[in-house]
Amino acid sequence: MIKNKIYKNLFWIAVAVVGAFAFGGLALHRGESINALWLIVAALCIYAIGYRFYSAWIATRVLMLDETRLTPAERLKNGRDFMPTQKWVLFGHHFAAIAGPGPLVGPTLAAQFGYLPGTLWILIGSLLCGCVQDMVILFCSTRRDGRSLGQMARDELGAIAGVAALIGTFMILVILIAVLGLVVVNAMKHSPWATATVAATIPIAMLVGLYMHGLRPGKVLEGSLIGVALLLFSVIGGGWIDQLPAVRGYFDWNGPDLAWAVIIYGFAAAVLPVWLLLAPRDYLSTFLKLGTVFMLAIAVVFLAPEIKMPAVTRFIDGSGPIFGGTLFPFVFITIACGAISGFHSLVASGTTPKMIENEKQIRLVGYGSMMLESFVALMAMIAATMLDPGVYFAINTAAGVVGNTPAAAVATISSWGFPVTVEQMQNLAQQMGESSLFGRTGGAPSLAVGMATIFNSAFGSNLLALWYHFAIMFEAVFILTTLDAGTRVGRFMLQDLLGNLWKPLGRTSWTPSVLLSSALVVAAWGYFLRVGVLDPNGGINILWPLFGISNQILAAIALCVATGILVKSGRVRYAWVTGLPLTWLTLITSSAAWEKIMSADPRIGFFAAANDMAGKLAAGLLSPERAAVAPQLILNQRIDGYLTLFFALLLWVILLDMLRVVWRVLSQRRVPPSTETVYQARTGAG
Amino acid sequence: MQADDRKTEGRIARCWAAVRQWSGDDAYERYLAHQRLAHPDAAPLDRRAFHRHYQQQRFSGVNRCC
Repeated sequence: MIKNKIYKNLFWIAVAVVGAFAFGGLALHRGESINALWLIVAALCIYAIGYRFYSAWIATRVLMLDETRLTPAERLKNGRDFMPTQKWVLFGHHFAAIAGPGPLVGPTLAAQFGYLPGTLWILIGSLLCGCVQDMVILFCSTRRDGRSLGQMARDELGAIAGVAALIGTFMILVILIAVLGLVVVNAMKHSPWATATVAATIPIAMLVGLYMHGLRPGKVLEGSLIGVALLLFSVIGGGWIDQLPAVRGYFDWNGPDLAWAVIIYGFAAAVLPVWLLLAPRDYLSTFLKLGTVFMLAIAVVFLAPEIKMPAVTRFIDGSGPIFGGTLFPFVFITIACGAISGFHSLVASGTTPKMIENEKQIRLVGYGSMMLESFVALMAMIAATMLDPGVYFAINTAAGVVGNTPAAAVATISSWGFPVTVEQMQNLAQQMGESSLFGRTGGAPSLAVGMATIFNSAFGSNLLALWYHFAIMFEAVFILTTLDAGTRVGRFMLQDLLGNLWKPLGRTSWTPSVLLSSALVVAAWGYFLRVGVLDPNGGINILWPLFGISNQILAAIALCVATGILVKSGRVRYAWVTGLPLTWLTLITSSAAWEKIMSADPRIGFFAAANDMAGKLAAGLLSPERAAVAPQLILNQRIDGYLTLFFALLLWVILLDMLRVVWRVLSQRRVPPSTETVYQARTGAG
Repeated sequence: MQADDRKTEGRIARCWAAVRQWSGDDAYERYLAHQRLAHPDAAPLDRRAFHRHYQQQRFSGVNRCC
């Protein structure tokens, strides 16, 4: 026994030493490039220590997880959503639910600051903020029969916080869908191969839906297997179409048309029966997602690529070409998912708490899944920074920033100190089976180039173009799944809200209400998507920070609820566990919102940009095609400015409401009673 | 040898069961088992009807993230 303990201690000391060594190597490294293994080793050690010590401490001391306590899955078991589920199955379930395109896109964009700032935030942020949020919210919801975040805010803090949380969630959903739509449109723009492949995923999903519904009801694995095979074939098929001059033209679409196509698709997916499109697409996307992430992890470790991006670039001063703004606070806004994502709190208070078999699982499922998500973000960071920095900037910077011609673009980018040539970009585009890779903003194409390079070298074949389009298809399937599931959830939220105004509108199966509310949700995100597509600066530079701010504010709202619950349940001395990340998030979101609203720099401030463009338009300084879209862009910047203000106010309303509750608890005044369900012992448990 | 084989078989079977449960492939069987225990008198839904309800329910809340 004692011997065992000594070995264990030695092991953890070794992990700490190796981790510290890897971190020291990263911090002190000065040179042309550094191997990605340094990052991976540092990350794995940090995760191991964080999970072994911090999450264990939270589980036993702060939350006091109780294995003798019956969970909602056991008490309310109904054979459907309330269902006790084995630990690792639930881990896979929860991870599949939280892992979306966010952790892939954010780090890719944040790589403009260099590899180090983003990596540190991904590691430290997930450990102290993201994992903690997911775990504590999962705990709170499990103790309350799986209630949602909005319900918990209302029950535990009060009506104001409850309403604010609901409105916040809805608005964030709208921004999230718009920005993801933009990413997918930018990946398909003037790429017949990508467009054909992504388009094919729709009939494939429907076929699988028909199979699982009509032919072999409920045979999920069979149906998914067929679907995934068809998806892989569609990647090859897209390549054939790209080679056929007669058909190629039908799939060569410009941005605005693709935006319309995505908008129509989103509406159709929200109103069609779930089994036909949404459910089968979700199954396919989940299999593809886990498979690809697993493959990427193996390939990255096996290949150990050199990172060519500097640790820190000159763009930390705020002059970054991909998005404007200084390192603080914008690196923390840009990487939301992967470090801390407010959206996770909706899943952690949604399906997962209803499946917890034993409270002990909350540690692995809540804390552990988020750690894996953080690792996915780290791989995206590696895939972005292993590219030649010049190539990375050429793909990710919009024509509006670097110039319309390839020659102008490479001249601008090379002048920043990141040399790149037109031939290099042409060769790369040709290898990837594309006509051009300049100005493909949004992160997906550059990630696909990175992934294709990794897969191609690791699995030793010469199929770059196939890998590239496989990666694009993988990202698109992922994104469209979030887009249609999100639209549907938004529809339910809106119907719930409208039902308060006029009863029949609240009936979720009444066709006029379904059509109206779906149209409203799609119109809301469709507006932002369309303006984003029209923007010559790529649109991502505007929408992504807005998404980051809103997602981090949702996280802050979740942490407010969690902190309030900790204090109310007599855990004041541990309230810092959620209070600290909450303080940090309030600081970064408030200062980012302040800059986006008040900054006089048109590259950062929304109102400054609107005024700048309005001035140029009035003075006749814009080219005719820019002048044509300028009024819409000006209006959009103003709307974004007010929206940011609204998000910041929302956070402060909930924060103050939470502090009011905390103050009342501490001064022993009356507060809303705790809604934690009463303890019931598991029979036969010791 | 035989004992080892049986062990491996058991492991594979457990993995397969986990994959089925994770993907929802065995949802109907688990529903039937639950119905038999909890409501032995009521006639359970048939396979198709159950799956329609099951999927409807899965997609009426947030189950996918960014």
